[in-house]
Amino acid sequence: MELFANQVLAGIATGAIYACMALAVVMIYQAIDHLNFAQGEMAMFSTFVSWQLMQWGIPYWGAFVLTVAFSFAAGIAIERLLFKPLAKAPILTNVAGFIALYAIINSVAGLIWDFTIKQYPTPFGSSPFLGSQLISTHQAGMIGITLLMLVMLFFFFRFTRVGLAMRAAASLPESARLVGINTSWMIALGWGMAAAIGSVAGMMIAPVVFLEPNMMLGVLIYGFAAAVLGGLTSPFGAVMGGFLVGIFENLVGTYIPGVGNELKLPIALALIITVLVVKPAGLFGRPIVKRV
Amino acid sequence: MSTAEDIVTEAPAVEAVPKRAMTLGFGTSLVVLAVLILVPLFVKNFIIFQLTMLLIYALAVLALNILTGGSGQFSLGQSAFYAVGAYTSAILMEHVGMNYALTLPIAGIVCFGFGFLFGQPALRLSGVYLALATFALATAMPQLLKLGYFEHWTGGVQGLVVTKPDAPELLQAMASWFHKSISQDMWLYYFTLAVGIAIYIASVNLLRSRSGRAFMAIRDNEIAASAMGVDVALYKTLAFGVSAGITGVAGGLGAIAVQFVAPDGYTITLAIQLFLGMVVGGVGWLPGSIVGSAFIIFVPNIAESFSKGLSGAVFGVLLFLVIFLVPHGARQVAIVAQQLIGKLKKN
Amino acid sequence: MTSMLNVKDLRAYYGQVQALHGLNFQLNEGSLTTLLGANGAGKTTTLRAICNMVRSTGAIEFEGKPIGTRSTENVVRLGIAHVPQGRGTFTTMTVEENLQLGAISRSDKKNIVADIERMYDHFPVLKQRYTQQAGTLSGGEQQMLAVARALMLRPRLMLLDEPSFGLAPLIVRDLFRILGKINREEKVTILVVEQNAQLALELADQAYVIETGRIVMSGNAKDIANNEDVRKSYLGY
Repeated sequence: MELFANQVLAGIATGAIYACMALAVVMIYQAIDHLNFAQGEMAMFSTFVSWQLMQWGIPYWGAFVLTVAFSFAAGIAIERLLFKPLAKAPILTNVAGFIALYAIINSVAGLIWDFTIKQYPTPFGSSPFLGSQLISTHQAGMIGITLLMLVMLFFFFRFTRVGLAMRAAASLPESARLVGINTSWMIALGWGMAAAIGSVAGMMIAPVVFLEPNMMLGVLIYGFAAAVLGGLTSPFGAVMGGFLVGIFENLVGTYIPGVGNELKLPIALALIITVLVVKPAGLFGRPIVKRV
Repeated sequence: MSTAEDIVTEAPAVEAVPKRAMTLGFGTSLVVLAVLILVPLFVKNFIIFQLTMLLIYALAVLALNILTGGSGQFSLGQSAFYAVGAYTSAILMEHVGMNYALTLPIAGIVCFGFGFLFGQPALRLSGVYLALATFALATAMPQLLKLGYFEHWTGGVQGLVVTKPDAPELLQAMASWFHKSISQDMWLYYFTLAVGIAIYIASVNLLRSRSGRAFMAIRDNEIAASAMGVDVALYKTLAFGVSAGITGVAGGLGAIAVQFVAPDGYTITLAIQLFLGMVVGGVGWLPGSIVGSAFIIFVPNIAESFSKGLSGAVFGVLLFLVIFLVPHGARQVAIVAQQLIGKLKKN
Repeated sequence: MTSMLNVKDLRAYYGQVQALHGLNFQLNEGSLTTLLGANGAGKTTTLRAICNMVRSTGAIEFEGKPIGTRSTENVVRLGIAHVPQGRGTFTTMTVEENLQLGAISRSDKKNIVADIERMYDHFPVLKQRYTQQAGTLSGGEQQMLAVARALMLRPRLMLLDEPSFGLAPLIVRDLFRILGKINREEKVTILVVEQNAQLALELADQAYVIETGRIVMSGNAKDIANNEDVRKSYLGY
């Protein structure tokens, strides 16, 4: 029983990584109705930018704020330059665009900062949290930041006019235009916010997985899985999904014999798909009824 | 009712492509065929090998096109079916000693069954959920192939080496009358071409048949299709099966051409390449498959020749250029060309 | 009386298909005008063309300013509210959020709360349900909500696309009574597209009849209602 409790706790600690990323995934899904395959790479690039700022002598929190601002602007710029022209192209063409963006960012980051693994600092320290060896102060801090972002998003969408306008634009673009909302800019804003949240995720994850151009590949897959599991329409669901995926993964590794690190991912994904077959909108998502 | 549900008329994932627009005209087909037959006579063996791979990938892209362009379902898991086909052929040739040509239909049937079974749970998923499910399959496949239980058959991480077939003696004898020889590469090219043409013709006929109409009805409006009496579950799984079967044959051919199968040859990267091939070729336009295949085989090489360090970026930029200029892929180019020729004829 | 909306030679296209073939009409300030016509005559297209939701050519002037090249949201921001066919309700949001969305392009934030109260006076049923998700309202209630949402813009001109569609006759009467009241008391110019010609002609002071993308008749609503052809084709007696 103690083993079980410990593994759940360790699962929550890894799950915090996925929860962080899943929040960014849900954000972009709300804005554009797609999963952005380049999201992880955008977060990785942002993390490198913050690392570079710190190399230049800017203190952690200064670099943090600058990076979030940079990522927000970069997200908007990417949408305006590359994806606004594709707004009327077929969905699959947009997906190809995400893959192209992925290749470009990954390759450019590799050229600027090379592929060696770098240490990345944490503002929370890495001593055991409350005397537990399974969860460090950094991981506890990461969980705190994720929950803080969740609360901020909740207030933004529920109580601000811009948040209301974004929700309207995402749910019914034509009606939104008819009340005077510029839906095209709402999409750009969604990209900006997703990039900003992703950059926070990247800076929180980097101390755990170390900094290098391919650091986000696995994380993004788990982030997708977490978001889909929790429900793509629900930021709360995404965060819960992140923790659940982390716990799943740890329990599978502990209790199913013969599962090495390599089989963890397929088994976690298989479990998620099983859940989706039973509950297609995710655990916390809103069911969508189709009409002819 | 406590919570409202979103009621949406879901936009079809794929733009409707009329049946006629899915294929080439008869005359154009003959010209393309003539080019495909003649080119290997004038180039080096290595290029012939590349052209063989071009045909094989085109076949795999075609299979995805039947699934996506035909029935509107989306798959990032084609590399898994490709891998199963490749391993089936390789194991039958090396462990059972079966003739390479006979292994292909078996690879196709095995993959058809595999795809059909996989289509069962996939039935309940659509859009991003289906993408995630097929993606999971693609990431799991290399790991499954490495598993110890199957190592005797699959060769584990090491993989299996496959013998390259010679041209049949009869053909070699005929060639020697003209003081020519048929290299293994050239024979394999023509063999692949013959298989490819057969599958292409079968696919075109499939899409024009009753089943093809059912696929397209599902693609355009699933609920309306079921209201018209189309057995949606059956046809969706059938589309998965057919697509997987053709991908399996391509995988088998690929194993023979590369002379080697190993788990890491069939990662998610392959599935993404096939997807890009379909988009570049034009979703739902079967002849575009070969254009898309050319894109995924040659463009990375071109990108590499620009700059080694930035090859990924160059590839990305080229891909962006293609989708900006022709968001509907090669199909769009073909339509424009057709209109131009039509105008020239009038003048 | 001054003209508020002036439409000249309006042509609209869906892809290659031309839906409007040179429409000319004008709305007087403070008037309640109805646009009548059969299915497919181009009524909805006319409203959509005014808000630039469909490709069109021709000149549209609103209070003297040309608006033909403005995007939909910028047309709306001039004070033209459009209640679309199918009502366009934000079904997953609450009734109150729907009303707030109606006012989202306004800059005078402090008056919005008072305006929402005013809407609850017009439509008491909405007040009972203000925290409920809009998708759970009945068809009639959703139509009330759509009209209220449009009014939250404090529009100068309101375009309504078949407000009676799918509603029970009693509810339609109620709705039209409220529309008349809004037109008189709040001085909102109204253009309403209707298939229910009888009701629309009772309510309106001006009327246009449209057939296959062309205006075939125009004038005082009473005269139109007494016209032999209109009676046969649209009123059924």
